Amino acid sequence: MKSVLPILTVIAAILLFWVVCVVPMNMHLVADQAQRDALVVTPDTPAARQDYSGVGLALRNTHLIPLTYNYVRPRLPSPHQVAGEMYKTIFGQRITSKRSLVFHGWVTLAPTLLGFLIGTTLGILLAVGIVYSRVMDLSVMPWAIVSQTIPILALAPMVIVVLGSMGVQGLIPKSIIAAYLSFFPVVVGMVKGLRSPDSMQLDLLRTYSASKSQGFWALRLPASAPYLFASLKIGISASLVGTIVAELPTGARAGFGARMLVGDQYGQPLVSWAALFAAAITAAALVGIFSVIERITLKRMGMNAS
Amino acid sequence: MMAILGALVVWGAGWYLNIRLANGPYSNNPFVKALIPAIFGITLILVWELLVWAFDINPVILPAPSSIGARLMVEGPRLWADFQQTIIKGAMTGYIFGGLAAFGVAILADRSDFLTRGILPVGGFMAALPIVGTAPIFVKWLGSDWESKAAVVAVMVFFPILVNTVAGLKDTSAMQRDLMRTYGAGYWPTLFKLRLPAAMPFIFNGLKIATTLALIGAIVAEFFGSPTVGMGFRISTSFGQLALDMVWAEIVIAALAGSGFYGAMTLIEKRVTFWHPSQR
Repeated sequence: MKSVLPILTVIAAILLFWVVCVVPMNMHLVADQAQRDALVVTPDTPAARQDYSGVGLALRNTHLIPLTYNYVRPRLPSPHQVAGEMYKTIFGQRITSKRSLVFHGWVTLAPTLLGFLIGTTLGILLAVGIVYSRVMDLSVMPWAIVSQTIPILALAPMVIVVLGSMGVQGLIPKSIIAAYLSFFPVVVGMVKGLRSPDSMQLDLLRTYSASKSQGFWALRLPASAPYLFASLKIGISASLVGTIVAELPTGARAGFGARMLVGDQYGQPLVSWAALFAAAITAAALVGIFSVIERITLKRMGMNAS
Repeated sequence: MMAILGALVVWGAGWYLNIRLANGPYSNNPFVKALIPAIFGITLILVWELLVWAFDINPVILPAPSSIGARLMVEGPRLWADFQQTIIKGAMTGYIFGGLAAFGVAILADRSDFLTRGILPVGGFMAALPIVGTAPIFVKWLGSDWESKAAVVAVMVFFPILVNTVAGLKDTSAMQRDLMRTYGAGYWPTLFKLRLPAAMPFIFNGLKIATTLALIGAIVAEFFGSPTVGMGFRISTSFGQLALDMVWAEIVIAALAGSGFYGAMTLIEKRVTFWHPSQR
């Protein structure tokens, strides 16, 4: 609990940096608008203003600075604008409405969770196979590790379109990407976890003449729990990022990714930013849920959760 | 029909060979250890080729490995130009700037225990966020050339490197720090002679995580606007022309670049942290 104050300080510093940046980022746009509204602006032509940086222009037009925080179509919206937009689209709309962020959030979340479930299940099964079969270990494991260095995520939109052209639509294509992205972290983490019992513990089980399956259920599986949770947290955020990227340039009409792009294309930056922050909050919530489950589970299992 | 049978035979033969090798007397030989995954990979590619043949799969859906290979041979110059634009200009520039910024902030924050306690959780949290979603915003701010890609990459790699560096700088024991104090070493000698070397395994962990992120950021950002060159641009336009073999050729390049980048980092790590137990 002693780190609450430092965390708040760091967040405050980031917010302050953001607030300071709003002025120079929006100054040129605001100055143009102010001129149309017949306010005094120095220098008084857009061309002349181009010679100034955002900061320089702000210093010459200090009376316009407050306006940069409420400009309708800012390059960089101010924090309260984003918060306002989020409040409006989360609480101000029916959740079935196309303008509700909750609706879009669910469109993104459903394939994320489904894919995460598939990917995790398959990942655990493959990890068990790798731990118990030397052939699988030697032939598949190097590829599992190499595959983590490949920027697969960048291909997510293509996968969506290919599957779409094959007639697979809706939840499934995005789930496949989410599953793929959570699959390998879980495989790698689980293999490490299932192998974490040391030879002393394995020997003990051998002196009890425990069978292979007893060894699995009584020793290897419980021992892998901390590794599994670490992988789950990586996997769920990778799944969410994958779903969002899959929605970005594929012409999806709903979901966080679609909202980000729509806001960008139709000149409504607030929509993009609200979607971006909503996605961030969702990711934080998912990771947070797993942290809580991790802490409770490991505590009940008698392990020290950090 | 023959091709399906052939695929089954190839699969069976590859698997049988691997079983014999893995359970054989030489399975701990480093050469055999490299051979087994190679056989597995080649088997997969052969099966893929034969199945595409057997089912006469439309190249618009899944091209055969041979046609992808042909593309790689023919389109060399264009792929090289894309590689330069995306990997060298976009990803590398962003990676270097993001890494340096993270390193600088970590060194500064490290002087205050208070800041460190705040930066670790916040940075870890930021590293889990879908930062790649900021790509359209950066493309709008900085234009469609490589600068915007480098910016996205810099932001994406910043937090993992920051968190790992800060964590690494804390990773010295009181005994070690006391020893430095008995030598009369001040802040800077302690930093350079003890704490930075001790932090290297952590820093390289962050650098390695960031390699993949850098490539993802650079390629994804090109989907939102790019000059008429670049891997992300080529992937999306080739896709529009249904030239799937070209898309796959870019995927192969991206995969090679990703593994190569990661491998290079691992090599440097081996040279720098030769003293660490994990390297011995």
